[in-house]
Amino acid sequence: MSYFSDAWQWLISSQNWHGSNGIPERLLQHLEFTGLALIIALVIAIPAGLAMGHLRRGGFVVVTIANFGRALPTLGLVVLVFVLTAGSAASWLVPLAALAIPPMLVNTYEGVLQVDRELTDAARGMGMTEWQILRKVEIPVALPLILLGIRTSAIQVVATATIAAYIGLGGLGRYIIDGLARNEYNVVAGGAAVIVLLALAVQGLFMLLAIVIVPVGLRRQAQAS
Amino acid sequence: MPYKKITAAGLAAVACVAVAACSSSGSGSGSSSSNPLSPSASNTVVVGSANFPEDELLAQIYADALQSKGVKVTTKFNIGAREVYYPEVVKGAISIIPEYNGALLTTSVDKTSTAASTADVDAALKAKLPSSVEILNSSAAQDKDSITVTQANAAKYHLTSIADLSSVAKTWVIGGPSEFETRTDGIPGLKKVYGLTFKSFSPLDESGPITLAALQNGKVQAADVFTTTPQIITDKLLSLSDPKNMFAAQNVLPLVYKKAASAKVVSALNAVSAKLTTADLLAMNKSLSINHESYTTVASNWLSQNGLK
Amino acid sequence: MSWAWQNRDQIGHLLLSHLYLALVPVVFGIVVAIPVGIMCVRWRWTWPPILSLTSIFYALPSLALYLVLIAYTGLTDWTVIIPLTLFSLSVLIPNVVDGLRSVPQPVQQAAVAMGFGRLRQTIQVELPLAVPIIIAGLRVATVSSISLVSVGQLIGIGGLGYFFTDGEQRDFSTEIYVGLVLIILLALFFDGLLVLARRWLTPWEAGRAPRGERRRAVTVTLGGSEAGLTGAHAHHAGHAGGGGGHGGGGGHG
Repeated sequence: MSYFSDAWQWLISSQNWHGSNGIPERLLQHLEFTGLALIIALVIAIPAGLAMGHLRRGGFVVVTIANFGRALPTLGLVVLVFVLTAGSAASWLVPLAALAIPPMLVNTYEGVLQVDRELTDAARGMGMTEWQILRKVEIPVALPLILLGIRTSAIQVVATATIAAYIGLGGLGRYIIDGLARNEYNVVAGGAAVIVLLALAVQGLFMLLAIVIVPVGLRRQAQAS
Repeated sequence: MPYKKITAAGLAAVACVAVAACSSSGSGSGSSSSNPLSPSASNTVVVGSANFPEDELLAQIYADALQSKGVKVTTKFNIGAREVYYPEVVKGAISIIPEYNGALLTTSVDKTSTAASTADVDAALKAKLPSSVEILNSSAAQDKDSITVTQANAAKYHLTSIADLSSVAKTWVIGGPSEFETRTDGIPGLKKVYGLTFKSFSPLDESGPITLAALQNGKVQAADVFTTTPQIITDKLLSLSDPKNMFAAQNVLPLVYKKAASAKVVSALNAVSAKLTTADLLAMNKSLSINHESYTTVASNWLSQNGLK
Repeated sequence: MSWAWQNRDQIGHLLLSHLYLALVPVVFGIVVAIPVGIMCVRWRWTWPPILSLTSIFYALPSLALYLVLIAYTGLTDWTVIIPLTLFSLSVLIPNVVDGLRSVPQPVQQAAVAMGFGRLRQTIQVELPLAVPIIIAGLRVATVSSISLVSVGQLIGIGGLGYFFTDGEQRDFSTEIYVGLVLIILLALFFDGLLVLARRWLTPWEAGRAPRGERRRAVTVTLGGSEAGLTGAHAHHAGHAGGGGGHGGGGGHG
């Protein structure tokens, strides 16, 4: 299992934990790319998903965006924007945000859509405004799916931010691209290991978040059905 | 009955994939031919290339020249940097690859060599290459690494040679392909030969748009740019001179696996090398990267113009 | 675009190689997923560990997996095919399990009453009824696979992804557009083929209200009991209902 021993050797070597090419620095850069792309996607996708789900419109659009998002090759988009904008920050921001939008949009839309009609009817009967229904009924009930969408996006962006290194940027992808160029496979192995661990950590974090945020009643109800 | 339909659908899918598999591995060129050729297969040669356009162009020229002399050729372009493909040539998985003698020498054959002229570099290579491979005749065409700056900066800081960088190196960021950071004629060489230590190194690409953009927008102040890059002229850049010959001669020549080098192959490739000049490289690069012509067209035109096809 | 026409040979060749790299994993995936799925339904204790494994494979970045494989398979087609197969499995196995479990009790009981043995029941009754959900998974796996092959270009094995790296190096956006458009068209084409396949294979589905399925899909999605540590898992299941976009997973680099 030479891959694992190579990765392990590289990970435990302390020089890789210091300096501008050290793991903490690259990790931070990676998280910056990821964070910014996710925030932009959140701002676009969640309101759109909430609106379309509440109004029960635009299902076809959502499905098309989902399929399109899955089919879009991120490397291609990164390179295209890079060539078209002569290397601006949009080169990585636009593709990563575009990648993050579909899962959030689809899950938010579906989440709001599947809220029991009886619940919303009752709320309307009680005199709640549409906004109040959204805030007090639909969003809480849809929360598990919304969080699932954000989690899926987060994992995908963390994985794909690796590609940013191809256009000369930092982040954990640097280990991959540089290691490949210099035939230093231990660096490649170690870098890949860190990225995988990060993806799993993000997955775990969101699962914990779901447990904390989703109201206990909803969680129990989901388990019972 | 549904399960009969399911079986039919499944078989159809498998059949389609099988057809795609046969057609893709059958024609054998492009980036994904799977099986490296075993060296004992008679006269089919595998022409490989590194992962940058000029090398792919040269490989296309070699492949085209060989094919027009009746040699059977499989191509495997865009393998990676030398650190990746060199072992493949030594093993015989790749039979022929276009190389640059100086870079080949100091990167993979003899890191301590100080040979600088074409003759010396060729001699050093012949002496030190592993016994399974050999170099053929070198051409007059050279594509050297260079340390390049914007003309504006050159004027501002009075820079004409690499040595002049000593006044600014500490505050400057230098960029280049990833491997420049560790190669003997890269960052270590700048330190050893010119005593230069830069503020930091920024990994970019192989003298491509990323490097050029970085120079333009000030992300780096100096960069490793290949001397046949057409944008040196169009982007108003200046390649600093290299009086101490840190960058050795970089003549284009074929590196071949001996067992694949039949007399026909050798003579075809030597004929190409005899006609190739630096001006040719510059012109062809311009066709590729500015006029966006295809590799096959540019290669074919050059061969026809030089009577080799 | 005249460039595309002039280079149609190269484009055609890369297209075929791209399809090969993308579809072989899906075929391997479904061939393995069906027996494994059947096993997970039959012997319930095997499901939680397999679910955990597939969750992990789903989250792993494909580029990282390609790189891990280099140590074992060198720079060959298998370096890309094996990780994509694992990814397909991570989508397909849960879908096969969901599909088999979605067969209504009355149907199963009728089969038993008619004297069907266990195996025959699974193959002749449950599997056909599970087809819509399985095909939903196949759609996700296929589309994602077609997209993810291009990332392999970073190790030189990327089918149409070649146009991305060459286009970047030569500052040639036309090439990049062609690569993008072709990959998306391929994905949409095979997605459409699978939708047609579903309609052909399940003639009894015609005219059925999609709502009911979506509701069940949501239940399965949120069902916590078997999800255990890995939480609501079937986010990529994309259950039928005319859309298949539920959860929107896959496609990461």
